[in-house]
Amino acid sequence: MLERRTWLTLLLLLLPIALLVLAVEQLGVRVLERIAINLCISLALVVGLQVFMGNSGILSFAHIGFMGVGAYASAVFSIPARMKGMALPDLYGVVAGLELSPYLAIALGGLVAAAVAALVSYPLMRLSDAAAVITSFALLVVLHTIMLHWSQVTNGPRTLFGLPKVTDLHLAAATAAGAVVLAVLFKESRTGVLLRASRDDETAAAAIGAGIPQLRWRAFVLSALIAGVAGGLWGHFITSFSPKAFYLKETFVVLGMLVIGGTSTVSGAVFGCFLVTFAFEGLRSVESALNRAQIFTEQVVGLTEVALALAMIGILILRPGGLFATTEIGAVWPFRSIPTKGAARPAPSTSTRKASS
Amino acid sequence: MTAAIQFVIDVLSLGGAYALMALGLVIVYGILRLVNFAYGELIMVAGYSLYLLDGSPLPWLVMAAVAVLAAIATGILTDYVAFRPVRAKSVTAVLITSFAFSTLLQNAALLFISPRPRNVPVPDVFSDTVQIAGAITPVRNVLTIVAAAAMLSIFALVMKRTMLGIAMRAAATQFTMARMLGVPANLVISTAFAISGLMAGVVALFWLGRSGTVVPGIGLEPLLVAFIATVIGGMRSLQGAVLGGFVLAFIDTGLNYSLPQNLLQFRDAFTFSLVILILLWRPEGLMRGPASGQRT
Repeated sequence: MLERRTWLTLLLLLLPIALLVLAVEQLGVRVLERIAINLCISLALVVGLQVFMGNSGILSFAHIGFMGVGAYASAVFSIPARMKGMALPDLYGVVAGLELSPYLAIALGGLVAAAVAALVSYPLMRLSDAAAVITSFALLVVLHTIMLHWSQVTNGPRTLFGLPKVTDLHLAAATAAGAVVLAVLFKESRTGVLLRASRDDETAAAAIGAGIPQLRWRAFVLSALIAGVAGGLWGHFITSFSPKAFYLKETFVVLGMLVIGGTSTVSGAVFGCFLVTFAFEGLRSVESALNRAQIFTEQVVGLTEVALALAMIGILILRPGGLFATTEIGAVWPFRSIPTKGAARPAPSTSTRKASS
Repeated sequence: MTAAIQFVIDVLSLGGAYALMALGLVIVYGILRLVNFAYGELIMVAGYSLYLLDGSPLPWLVMAAVAVLAAIATGILTDYVAFRPVRAKSVTAVLITSFAFSTLLQNAALLFISPRPRNVPVPDVFSDTVQIAGAITPVRNVLTIVAAAAMLSIFALVMKRTMLGIAMRAAATQFTMARMLGVPANLVISTAFAISGLMAGVVALFWLGRSGTVVPGIGLEPLLVAFIATVIGGMRSLQGAVLGGFVLAFIDTGLNYSLPQNLLQFRDAFTFSLVILILLWRPEGLMRGPASGQRT
């Protein structure tokens, strides 16, 4: 049974998503709707990354690679059969005639990503620290290389087109909300608690019987599942994309959102994503205003990334844990003091004891 | 026979460059137990220094020296910006700050110079070819071998014989103990970053000599190479890094020679899969470093 503050956290995290949907629908501006859909997809991605990184404490670069797997897998299932002749002329016979409902295809994309993750990551989960980070980096490169060159399925480095556009604001918001719920539930589950114990002290956690590689593997597969669904969703929103959409630049953005918000908490993932998206859109409009005004001879590019990089370094120097370093929003001060049935506010030590029992 | 000599020269020249790259990464990792993601950008900085100096009346060697100095300065800057402020706090924090610093440098190059490739000056001798025992090879390859051999010997000598080298090796083995015995921590770390910059700067000269151009994203490939080589060789051992560099060059060149054309484009995927296999077999890498040492 979940604790009261966990319910509160869930409520407070789903609230901004609901507000976003309401606000966009009230305003009815198309540009805003596009930004909101992108935000919801990023939200699912960042929360998915948090499932692995936050609970295991291991930095993973491969996440965006699984988003790519999900996007391509769902595309192969959902591109209409008559379009496939043009978009993917060399596709293998079995799937060439296949044409599933895009919604089913998005779900399948997530499952394919999870299956790939389950296969390749199992041996990698034994590694810790720098070796784990480097292999996840290598994994991203492997996935990218395959997407870039497996022309039969991905159309190679060229743009893959012809996906039906089915992702709307409601679907994206529902997925983001689903990802948040999954992440919170996972964090409070037995696996999540044990995994967090291993994050804080590997030796001690192993000593009380935590099978660390197995725990990490579960988190990694769940994280890849969410990334895969987000990828499929994004693919069916943007309708045409190429492998370079799933590489270091996107990794950096997603990582930046998570780090600024706070890696260890779902609240951090959610608020980091909102904050960075708004900041990004602001900077991007500055950038395009500069380009339109033609103040400089060449196009201004990279301003947003420079700003994000500076913000990340600044946050990590001042607040290494991010905005929500250890406490979920449901347990932060103004909410914690809600009296429970005449009982006084519990002292911090009591609440920790309750959490561990 | 000719093919064999060709193969050996290819492996040695590629391996020399890889070994220097790996060494530059490991020298920092050995002491701090932290990976520097902004390492590839040192090559980019050296490249853009050459580009900015192009057209000046200076002889190429002077330009090259300035480029190497710029790489060294950027290496030390990495320490001050991305490592020193967060070093004591958390591993993940430093990995992310160095990744952020790498993105910062790349996008600064995009913003202030150009996203398009820029030409760098390359000496004429680089593009000449020479015949060795029947095998025709670019002089650049031979020069890479010579330079790598010289750098590695000097480096080995410095690490073995000088006070600084001994202090650095002590710090890499037991950082806390070394500090107690009076090794100045910040000086050793900054020196490690400077050496890292020196290695990257020298490699950059040869790396850029191949294509003759520099782009903001040029650092990625050398960074990956250095990562993989160090992981193969053993993250903690300097000899391991050199060995790893040559092993990786051997794998790469071997795949180049043996893979059929239609699989050749997947070469990177094959290489990285092999690396994952090696890691499964020996998670510590081929050479074990000093056994002790907590991260500091």
